[in-house]
Amino acid sequence: MLEARNLTAFYEDFQALFGLDMTVLENQVIAVIGANGAGKTTSMRAITGLLPSSPGMVRWKGQDIGHLRADQIAALGIAMVPEGRQLFASLNVEENLIIGGRSGRSGVWNLSRVYELFPVLGERRHQAAASLSGGQQQMAAIGRALMSNPELILFDEISLGLAPIIIKQIYQVLPDIIGGGISAIVVEQDISKALAVADRVYCLSEGRIALEGETGSITREEIFHAYFGV
Amino acid sequence: MDWVNSILQGILLGGLYALFAAGLSLIFGVMRLVNIAHGDLIVLAAFLGLTITSTFGLHPLAAIIIVVPAMAVIGYLLQALILNRTLGDNILPPLLVTFGLSVLLQNGLLEIYTADPQKLNAGAISTANVALGPLYVGVQPLLMFGVSIGVIASLQWIFYRTALGRAFRATSDNAEIAQLMGLNKAHVFALAMALSMAVVAVAGIFLAMRTSFTPASGPGRLIFGFEAVIIGGLGNLWGTLAGGVILGVAQAIGAQINPGWQILAGHFAFLVVLAIRPRGLFPRVEH
Repeated sequence: MLEARNLTAFYEDFQALFGLDMTVLENQVIAVIGANGAGKTTSMRAITGLLPSSPGMVRWKGQDIGHLRADQIAALGIAMVPEGRQLFASLNVEENLIIGGRSGRSGVWNLSRVYELFPVLGERRHQAAASLSGGQQQMAAIGRALMSNPELILFDEISLGLAPIIIKQIYQVLPDIIGGGISAIVVEQDISKALAVADRVYCLSEGRIALEGETGSITREEIFHAYFGV
Repeated sequence: MDWVNSILQGILLGGLYALFAAGLSLIFGVMRLVNIAHGDLIVLAAFLGLTITSTFGLHPLAAIIIVVPAMAVIGYLLQALILNRTLGDNILPPLLVTFGLSVLLQNGLLEIYTADPQKLNAGAISTANVALGPLYVGVQPLLMFGVSIGVIASLQWIFYRTALGRAFRATSDNAEIAQLMGLNKAHVFALAMALSMAVVAVAGIFLAMRTSFTPASGPGRLIFGFEAVIIGGLGNLWGTLAGGVILGVAQAIGAQINPGWQILAGHFAFLVVLAIRPRGLFPRVEH
C-alpha cells in the first residue's frame, strides 16, 4: 500500500533521515518508535509531503507520490494526526472537523459518526477548538483526520502530553478506527502502548532504522537495545 | 450645526477609508503579508475604471462590474506568480517586492496616463443630496458608505459562513497543517489576494468618483488604509470600518478647526490610538 524506499529528508543542510525503507500493507498497523530526535516525526512529514522528498522515494498503491505536495497526498487518502494536535484555533470544533473532510472522499466517516465515536465533541461542537482540554483536542484531531475517509492514517506522538486516563481512552477507540479498514502508522515513545496495537514495528535511531520486524517476532530486549542503543 | 455636518461628512468619508483598509486587513489576516503596493493597486483600479468609462461610455458605477473581476484576476496572478514566492519566515522579502511593485505601478501608470490629474465623472449623483433633518447629505458619499458596510458585511460572511472563509482562517492559523487537510496554500493565498483586489476595485472606482487622482496618489491611500486598519485593530473587519470612520471624523474635525489641519488631525488620531492601544481599538481575539 505505502512503500518508502531509501527515504531521506533534510532540514536545510541538516540531514535528518538516512535511507529509510518502510512498507505498510492494507489493514496493517505499524508502530514507529524511537527516542527524541530519532526521526519519527521527520519520516511522517516526509511521507505526507510536508518535507520534500525525491521522486521514487515514496509510493502509494504503486504510484510515485514523492514529488507531490502535501495537499495532493492528502487527497489520495493519507491523513495525519499531527504531533501536538495542532487544531485550527480560530475555527470551532465542528469547523475543524468539516475542514478535515473537505477533500470530499466518500466513506463511512462523517460528522455524526465522529460524534458517535467521541460524544464530547458533539457536545462542544460550537466551542472554539483552542478551548478544549488536551484530550478533547486529541479526539478532535483524530476526528478531523477521519473526516477525510483516509485509507492510511498517521498518528504522530499520539499520547504525548496527555493524562494517562486520556491515553487509555484514545487507545480504547483505536481498534474501532483501524478495524474499519484503515491502515495506520502509530508514532509513539511509549513502547508498550505501541506494541499493543501494532502488527509490525520499526525502531528508529538517529534517522536510521535500527530494528524492524513483526511485533510477535522481536523481543523486548532487542527493542530496548535498538531504542536506547545500549 | 457646522460641527454636526462636519462629523457626519467625516463618518461618510470613513466608509471610503474602510474600503481602502479592508483589502489590506484581509491580506494581513490571511497570510501576514503587508502589501506596500496596496495604495497603488487602488489607483490602478481607478485608472482601469477611467479607461473603461472613457472607452465604452459607461457610468463609473457600471464600470465596477468589469473592474472588480479584472482586479480579482490581477490579484490572483500577482499572488500566484510573484508574492507566494516571497512568503516565508522572513517578512522582508514580501515588503521589498511589494515596494518594488509600488514603484513599478507608479511609473507604469505615469507612462501610460501621464501625471495629469484625472477624475471619473459620476454625473448627477455626484451633486445630488438628501435632507436629513436640517442637514443635507450627498447621495454619493451616502452610497459609498452604504457600499462599504455591504462590502465589510460580505467579507465577514465569507470569512465566517463559507467553506472559502474556513479555508482562509485555517490557512491563516497554520498553513502547514491546512495542507494536510487538502488545502493548497498557494491557491488559498491567491484566492485571498483576488478577493482583496475585488475590494480594491470598488475602492479605486469610489476614489476616482470622489476626488482627482494621479499615478502618484497610491502611497497616500496606503497610509489612510494602514491607519484605519491599525486604529480598528488588526484582523477585525468591523474594526476596520470603525477605524476608517474614526480617521474620517478626526480629519473632518481637524478641517473644521483649520482647513490645513485635515490630514494632520487624522495622523494625530492614529498616533494617539497607537500610543494608547498598540493593537488597535478592536483587535481580533487570538486563542
